[in-house]
Amino acid sequence: MSTAWSIFIIALTLITVLGSLWLLIATAHVEKSKSGDQTTGHVWDGDLREYNKPLPRWWLWLFVGTIVFSAGYLAVFPGFGSMPGSFGWSSESELRADLKAHDERARELFAAFAGQSFESVMRDPRAQQMGRNLYATHCTGCHGADARGNRGFPNLTDGDWLWGGDEAAVIKTITEGRVGVMPAWRDALGGNEGVTAMVEYVKSMSNRSHNARLAAQAKPKFDMLCVACHGPTGDGNVALGAPRLNDAIWLHGGDNKTLFETIAYGRNGNMPAHGSWLGEDRVRVIAAWVLAQSQANEAPATAAAGAP
Amino acid sequence: MAQAQAMEKVAYNDRVVMQFAVATLIWGIVGMSVGLLIAAQLAWPALNFDIPWLTYSRLRPLHTNAVIFAFGGCALFATSYYCVQRTSHAKLFGGKLAEYTFWGWQLVILLAAITLPLGITQGKEYAELAWPIDILIAVVWVSYGVVFFGTIVKRKVEHIYVANWFFAAFIITVAVLHIVNSLALPTGLWHSYPIYSGAVDAMVQWWYGHNAVGFFLTAGFLGIMYYFVPKQAGLPIFSYRLSIVHFWALIAIYMWAGPHHLQYTSLPDWAQSLGMVFSLILLAPSWGGMINGIMTLSGAWHKLRDDPILKFLIVSLSFYGMSTFEGPMMSIKSVNALSHYTDWTIGHVHSGALGWVAMISIGALYMLYPRLLGLKNMYSTRAIEWHFWIMTIGVVLYAVSMWVSGIAQGLMWRATNDDGTLTYAFIEALKFTYPYYYIRFFGGFLVVCGMLLMAWNTYKTFAMARGTETRPMPTLTEQVA
Repeated sequence: MSTAWSIFIIALTLITVLGSLWLLIATAHVEKSKSGDQTTGHVWDGDLREYNKPLPRWWLWLFVGTIVFSAGYLAVFPGFGSMPGSFGWSSESELRADLKAHDERARELFAAFAGQSFESVMRDPRAQQMGRNLYATHCTGCHGADARGNRGFPNLTDGDWLWGGDEAAVIKTITEGRVGVMPAWRDALGGNEGVTAMVEYVKSMSNRSHNARLAAQAKPKFDMLCVACHGPTGDGNVALGAPRLNDAIWLHGGDNKTLFETIAYGRNGNMPAHGSWLGEDRVRVIAAWVLAQSQANEAPATAAAGAP
Repeated sequence: MAQAQAMEKVAYNDRVVMQFAVATLIWGIVGMSVGLLIAAQLAWPALNFDIPWLTYSRLRPLHTNAVIFAFGGCALFATSYYCVQRTSHAKLFGGKLAEYTFWGWQLVILLAAITLPLGITQGKEYAELAWPIDILIAVVWVSYGVVFFGTIVKRKVEHIYVANWFFAAFIITVAVLHIVNSLALPTGLWHSYPIYSGAVDAMVQWWYGHNAVGFFLTAGFLGIMYYFVPKQAGLPIFSYRLSIVHFWALIAIYMWAGPHHLQYTSLPDWAQSLGMVFSLILLAPSWGGMINGIMTLSGAWHKLRDDPILKFLIVSLSFYGMSTFEGPMMSIKSVNALSHYTDWTIGHVHSGALGWVAMISIGALYMLYPRLLGLKNMYSTRAIEWHFWIMTIGVVLYAVSMWVSGIAQGLMWRATNDDGTLTYAFIEALKFTYPYYYIRFFGGFLVVCGMLLMAWNTYKTFAMARGTETRPMPTLTEQVA
């Protein structure tokens, strides 16, 4: 703020506040009523009159009190023109101080886990609680409150990993993000008919009911075009984030219409990078919580499968 | 000669007062019903029926515009035209111009009712209407000023009555606020860009927004208070000097309070501080009006017992006192950090808008209708009594439920864990507020019921007037020479 503006604001502030005080003083002395009935003697509309009673004391002091408080406030906080106020406070400095205090507290908290092995972080109830909190704040928007994902956003609890499910891979996914690209194949497959046939072949890979004639028709194209990423038997490839096609898990949906869309027009998956602003320690705690969810989910499933 | 002059009679222009008085009631019912619908949508979101022009985002500005400018605006036109004639002892200035302000204002309301649901908006709160409508508003408003001040100039009494000071300040300031905040570059018939940008635009918007509260919803309605309270009580105003102090202090200090809508934003710190301290200083000038109104009844409290109109007027002043205490409190930075963006603000607004603005307007309307029709009273005084209690309970339910829900929201949103994460997801705070949304809806439902009762009572009063054979002429008064 330039000096001229500062002086202008100070002048306006003073005129308003001192003017109010002058008003209080000027009206404080009591004039004798001119009329016999204690009113000002003015009459409107037949019966509208006004007394001229003194200002209530408590009200007067309330008024003066707010002015005194405000003068004090402007002396210590910014507000009187460009004067910064004797406390040197600003909303920016308050934010910085809060962030610093918070970062220090958090660093201490997370430092405790930095020295531990990943497995013990996964078992530490305190780390798991913090992991859950971090997940709820940063991840639920896409992957859901229960981590079971959403259409186009992977389920994190089913043990099926697009980019790998070990410690290093999950940490890399959260830290650097991932971009999964499925190109559009309609032209390469010879238009809609080719895509429809490919849908049948893809369904055959997971032993779903399919049209065998169309599937056979599409197989040579699959072996030529799709095999590079999804592999000859549809096992997928975690190095490329290419999904496994021979299981029952479908990221965008496994019905005919959705499979057609996926093959014909392609897909573009984007997991943003979180490392730069969450930091290594938090990412590790989140990864440990996510993997713990996945394992907890798999354990009973395996047990059930093993039962006679 | 002197004898002849004293007997001379002047006919007031009460036709336009009647038009505005009836419009007030109609728009009140419409505006509050839209409010009830959007309150219901917050509790039961399916109620927008997936129809774009019934969505909350479009109906909310329709509700605020309808209750503030259609209901409140018509109430102010009606009462100020009524009051300025009687306290100036002169007929309205400008002949047909007064009638033009009525039809012009109704056209503004109609255009708002069409464009807002269509999604045509400038995106500025309480200033949503598109630029062609803004121009129409400016023209109507300036005409209003000509009629009002022309009548003041014509007055036959030396002193200008205090109610007219407040109406005058309200008319002048609203013209300035509206014109400055609506300055924009049109880029099409229904689209424009404001000439301000960034924090300056935000500051201009809230300088407008808060002074719309200060001058439209406070100064204007204090004008109503200063005429209708002493009139109904049959007693003199408590203190002339208090009215001088609080009038000048109110209009000087209100101008500064806008920045408190932008605490902890990119508005510079100095402006935020000034917005806060001037809001605190505003407490006493605001309460001056409440004291002057309530203390007018001092020594005659018994009148409150059997006069429901007086109940409306005095309870409205109590709500006024409450919300003008709450406002400065919420402008304190540390309180604002909790209250801002929560339902507390909604509760605060409605204790002012329903408790103060609507109740004083309703009290004044109950006085106006019979007077304009040449009757002594409304058709049913009991119905007024019922209306008073139904509405009071409705407003209290509304305000209290929003306090609870707002404070809970503020606390839940700011709660953090040691590790810096949020304790509650947004959805958890939303879930907590549901019971209070139901209570708020019920409170609003009571308010609308009260308005419908008033409509019935008004209809009956008009029917009663039609049946009167010898109808006295209420538009005549003795000219004081």
